[in-house]
Amino acid sequence: MSTRGFTGRRPDAAAARRLPPGQHETDDFPVLSLGPAPAIDLAAWRFTLRHGARPLASWSWEQFQALPRTTWRGDIHCVTTWSKFDTVWEGVTVDDLLAAAGIAAPTAFLLAQSWDEYDTNVPVADLLDGRAMVATHFNGAPLAAEHGGPARLLVPHLYFWKSAKWIKGLKFTERDEAGFWELRGYHMRGDPWREQRYLDDE
Amino acid sequence: MKAMNERGGSDANETGGSGPAAWQTAVISRIEPRTARMRSYYLQAPLARHAAGQHVDVRLTAPDGYQARRSYSIASAPGADALELAIEMLDDGEVSAWFHEVAQAGDTIGVRGPLGGHFVWSAEQPGPIVLVAGGSGVVPLVSIARAWREAGAPVPALLLHSARSWDSLAYREELRGIATAHGNFSYLTTVTRDANAAADHARRIDRAMIAEALARLADVPGTCYVCGANGFVETAAQLLVAAGIAPRTIRTERYGG
Repeated sequence: MSTRGFTGRRPDAAAARRLPPGQHETDDFPVLSLGPAPAIDLAAWRFTLRHGARPLASWSWEQFQALPRTTWRGDIHCVTTWSKFDTVWEGVTVDDLLAAAGIAAPTAFLLAQSWDEYDTNVPVADLLDGRAMVATHFNGAPLAAEHGGPARLLVPHLYFWKSAKWIKGLKFTERDEAGFWELRGYHMRGDPWREQRYLDDE
Repeated sequence: MKAMNERGGSDANETGGSGPAAWQTAVISRIEPRTARMRSYYLQAPLARHAAGQHVDVRLTAPDGYQARRSYSIASAPGADALELAIEMLDDGEVSAWFHEVAQAGDTIGVRGPLGGHFVWSAEQPGPIVLVAGGSGVVPLVSIARAWREAGAPVPALLLHSARSWDSLAYREELRGIATAHGNFSYLTTVTRDANAAADHARRIDRAMIAEALARLADVPGTCYVCGANGFVETAAQLLVAAGIAPRTIRTERYGG
C-alpha cells in the first residue's frame, strides 16, 4: 500500500542499477562506530593472523608497508541505508597476507578484531580471490582515524559494518562465531544485494 | 536475480514474521512541533517494547512501488502509549520533507524495529549516566532521560545539549522540568550561533565544559552516551577520553549523510 502524498526522489537509472534494495546514494562519508576513535600509535601497531589463540603471522607497521599493495575502486553500502559510489581504497589483500604468511586459510570462518575491542565475523570465502583487503588509504590519502585509520578491513560486497575499523588482526575460528553487532541482532553474513540486514532476514 | 532483489523486502514480508526485521504498518496519531525544524510524530505501531536509545526504520512507498527508508531514533520512554519519533526537517530531505510537508494524523507508514542493541540504557546499569547531545542528537537521549525518570531516578544523570540557538534546544522545557524535580539530574545547555544568555554557555563544546559537566557528578560515570552529527560526536567523545573517561564506557550514535 502506498503512503499518501509520497512520490519520492528516484535515483537515475544508472544509480538505481548500482543501489542494493533499500539503499540510497550519499555524497558524504557518514561514520558508524560504537565509540570514540581509539588513539593508535604506529610504533606499537601490529597486525596478527591467528588460529584461535595461536598466532600464525604478525607484521609491524613498517613490515606491513613492504607487503604488495592493491587498489580497489567501487561502491560501498552501509546497513543504515546509505551507499557511496566510486570510492578508492588501497591496501593489502587478504590473499597477499596469507601468501606472505606462507599459509592457506586454516578454517572457513574468522573474526576480524579491532583495537577498540570491536569484532565482526566474516566467512573466509568472502575475503579471498581479491574480494577484501586491509586498507590503509582512502581516495589516495592515509585513512583518517574516524574512518578506521591507520588500517581497516575492506569487504565492499558486504554491508560496511563487516569492514572493521582500526583492525589489529584476523582470528580464524572453527565455527561462525557472532561478532559485536551480530550478537546485537545484525546478520551473520550481511549481503546487501540479498538485504541481509538483521538476524531474521533470510 | 537483481529484479528479485529490487522487490525484496517489500510487501512479501509486510505481514510475515514478528521479529524486529518484519515491516509493520503504523498510524500517525498526533503531530506536535518541537522546534522550528523538528516535530514529534506519535505512532500507533504493533512493535515490541523498545529499550531507551533504540531506533526504528521508517519506510514510505510511492504509488508505483518506489520506496524510501530512513532510521529514526525513538524519543518516547519504553512502554509509552505511543511511539514518538522526533524528526528534523533536512535540506533536500526526501523522507523528512514528506513528514514535514505532507504527513497528517491518520496517515499510515511502514515501520520496523525496535533496532540497535548498543546505544541503549537500562535501569540495571550501574553508575551515573552522562548524556551529550548535538542538535537533533538529543532525541534518543530524551528517551533515556524519560526512562531514567520512570525508573525512579536510580543513578545521578547529566544531559549536556549543544544546539545552534536557544530555540533549537529541543525538549528544553521538559528537560529543565526533570532537573527541577530531581536533584540528581543536571541539565547543561550551550548554544553555538546565538548569544542568548539564557543558555549556560554560548560556545562549542570544549574541555572546560566537559570538566564542568563531570564535576557535577559525585562519581565516575558508568556509561556516557554521545549522539549527534559525526564531527560533534567525535569531538565530544575525544573530550570525554581526554577527561579520563574509559573509552569502553562511551557509546556513540552518529547522524551522517
